[in-house]
Formats: sequence, C-alpha cells, structure tokens
Amino acid sequence: MSGAHVLLHIDGRPVQVKAGSSVAAALRVAGGSGVARTSVGGAPRAPFCGMGVCQECRVQIDGQRRLACQTVCAEGMRVETGR
Amino acid sequence: MDAEVIVIGAGIVGAACALALAQAGRRVRVLDAQCGGATGAGMGHLVVMDDNPAELALSRHSAAQWRALAPRMGAECAYSACGTLWVAANDEEMAEAERKRERLRAHGIESRLLDAAALGRAEPALRPGLAGALEVPGDGIVYAPNAARWLIAQGGGAIDVTHAKVDAIEDDGTLRLADGRRCTAAQIVLANGIEAATLCPELPIRPKKGHLLITDRYPGTVRHQLVELGYVTSAHHASGESVAFNVQPRPTGQLLVGSSRQFDTTDPAVEAPMLARMLQRAVDYLPGLAQLQAIRAWTGMRAATPDGLPLLGKHPWREKLWLAVGHEGLGVTTAPGSAHLLAALMTGAAADFDAAPYAPRGLLA
Repeated sequence: MSGAHVLLHIDGRPVQVKAGSSVAAALRVAGGSGVARTSVGGAPRAPFCGMGVCQECRVQIDGQRRLACQTVCAEGMRVETGR
Repeated sequence: MDAEVIVIGAGIVGAACALALAQAGRRVRVLDAQCGGATGAGMGHLVVMDDNPAELALSRHSAAQWRALAPRMGAECAYSACGTLWVAANDEEMAEAERKRERLRAHGIESRLLDAAALGRAEPALRPGLAGALEVPGDGIVYAPNAARWLIAQGGGAIDVTHAKVDAIEDDGTLRLADGRRCTAAQIVLANGIEAATLCPELPIRPKKGHLLITDRYPGTVRHQLVELGYVTSAHHASGESVAFNVQPRPTGQLLVGSSRQFDTTDPAVEAPMLARMLQRAVDYLPGLAQLQAIRAWTGMRAATPDGLPLLGKHPWREKLWLAVGHEGLGVTTAPGSAHLLAALMTGAAADFDAAPYAPRGLLA
C-alpha cells in the first residue's frame, strides 16, 4: 500500500498524494500554505489542530462540508476551499 | 472613580442596568467575576413574549428599546432584524397563532398570519405539511456578549469595569471580594444571574440547563428566527426535561439551533441524549438540517424563578441591595426594560410601565 497514490482535485486542479493521506495534507501539497477557508472577516484559515477540534479546515468535499483533517483522500475526490 | 452604585455582573442585564444608571447621572462601577453566564451561552434572541401581561409589558418595552439602539450598534453586535416566525404544526396550533395575533394587536405589536402556502414561500427549508405561522417582524437577534460590552461602552467615563469576584455580601451592604478587599457604595445591584443564588441563598432561583448547537455557514437556508408554537408549552414545564424547535439564522450564515430545558442539574457537560432529542426535533421541522455540518455544541444555565418573571427591585431586607436577576431564557430581550424599571426605582423617577409584577417577592416567607 505504501507506494500507492490517489488523484484528487482541489479547486479544479489535479493533486496527487500518497494513499491514506488526509485532505488537510493534500491542501498543503497543493497550495503550499494549506489554506482551507476564509473567516467572516476575510482572513485565510488553515488546519490548526489536525484532530477535528478547531474546525478551521472546513472545506467542501464532493458537495458536502467536511473537515479536511478528518477525511481521507479518495480517487477522483473534488475539494473546494475558500468558503 | 468613587462609585455611587456598584453593579455585580457584566452580562447583558448588568450592562443594561449600568448604562441606565449612568444615563440617570450616577457614577457606576461594574464588578465582574468573568466566570461566564447566560449572556455568553444563550441565543441572543430579541422576542416579544406574551404568556402573561407582565412578560408582555417588559418584553414589548425592551424590544422597542433594542430597535432604537440597533442603528448605533457596531457590526460586532451582530444585530439582525430577522423577525420571528411562530410555526404552527397543525390546526390547533394555528388557532393559537390567531389568538397570539389578537393579544399582540391589542398591545400595538405588528404581526401577520401566514397560511401553509405563504409559510412555504417564506421558508422553503421547512418541511411540507405545516399549518402556517405567525410572523412578528419587529423581533430580532444580537450577539449578546458584544452587545453587553457595547452597552457598557455607551456609559463613557460614568461606568468603570473591574474584574473581581464577590465572595459575600455582608449585612450592612459591604462586599467582600475574593482577593480580600472590601468595597461598598450607596446602592448595590445584584445582576449576576444564576450566581446570585450563591451570594443570596434566599433568592428563589433555580438553574435551568439548556443545550445549543451552531452549524458551519450556510447563508440563505433560513431567513427568520423560527420557533415552534409548542415552545410555549414546553418552555414552561416546571420540572423534567423538554425540547423545542428553535433555529436562528446568524448574520454569518450559520444556523444556531436550540432549545432544551432541564432542571436539577448544574453539570455543564453536553449530554448526547439531550442534544440528540433537541436535534431530532429541529430536523422534524427542517429536514435539510441533518445534512449540514455542526461546528460546536455547548450548554448554559438559565436563572429560573417560580413564576418565570425576573426579580426587579429592592431586596426586602438586605441593606443597599437591589435585584435584577431571574431572567431565565429571556434576559437578552428583557435587559433594557429591566434596566429602565430598576433605574427608575433606584433614582425615584417615573417608570414607563408598572414595576409591581416584578417586585422581589416570596423572600420573607
């Protein structure tokens, strides 16, 4: 399993990550800063706690709002950030 | 500053009292223990309630004050004139909606009945098959912790806030603080909600626990504050546990979901079975809610009195002490009216409505 990869799309761009990676990790691979969303005031927000508590990694995954740190990447997954 | 009045508690009621007294010319010191209370835990609804004439007088006067303050409040107070829809599930509740409209009309409060089709157009996310609703457009919501800070700031130099916990109120009205200091003023106002019963065990106040949950941002899902008409029945149980459908659209696009009521517990823990009951009730009315992401759930303690009315007025036997406590789940709504009444009583001014129904009672028994 260690050599396997999955391909997903983040904001329309293809991103390849190791199988078993979280979407939070994929955000980092894709964008460098790993921004997941923006605050009400417009400030960029990125995963902070990595364990489902801080809620700062909310993204839209296949049409549903999810926590990026609690979601494992799957082949063909479509992730949208910035909401 | 040498304070003429000390207000214990910087929640919404203490803040409103401090401002009303400052506006009456008093120098006010607010002592706050920063332990968090109902103001930070509640929904921040501004809703006219009419279960009895005294509640209607207080909430109607208060709602009018909030509407007058709203244009001056900053965005951080998150005021929204969303109005309330009292949702009727069946014909019996629709008949109650009509009676409610008549009661409100008799007191000059605007409202209108929506039939099932009009309700569906107003709030498409509600389940089909509901009977209708009563819309009260003058109701609204605020973010109460910031509204409390804003009220205190309106007092300018006449209000001073000190972070200190009061450990005891002595017989002569002297306050003993947790850090060993003692202080007093000509008049003391007790406005610290459920904590008041610790300082004055004779007060007939019981904790009534509530759960709340807030979702991620889903703008446009609902437009009005939504409350089931059965709320009135469930909210007034004197014992046991109950839940009611109550959902607010926050200005952020988040949905704030309530409400539950439990007596005889002071454990602040979120209880999964109670939360599940509350959410099931909400999903019964708003099926799409089940698909939304929740980000936080918490609890708070309402300070409940036996008759559901706050205690506003002079303590019958404690020196210098005035009471502004026992607002249960309606303290954000009724803070301005409570402050108006109490400040009038404390300064000998004429009040806009009768203070008698809220006079501290039953303390001499």
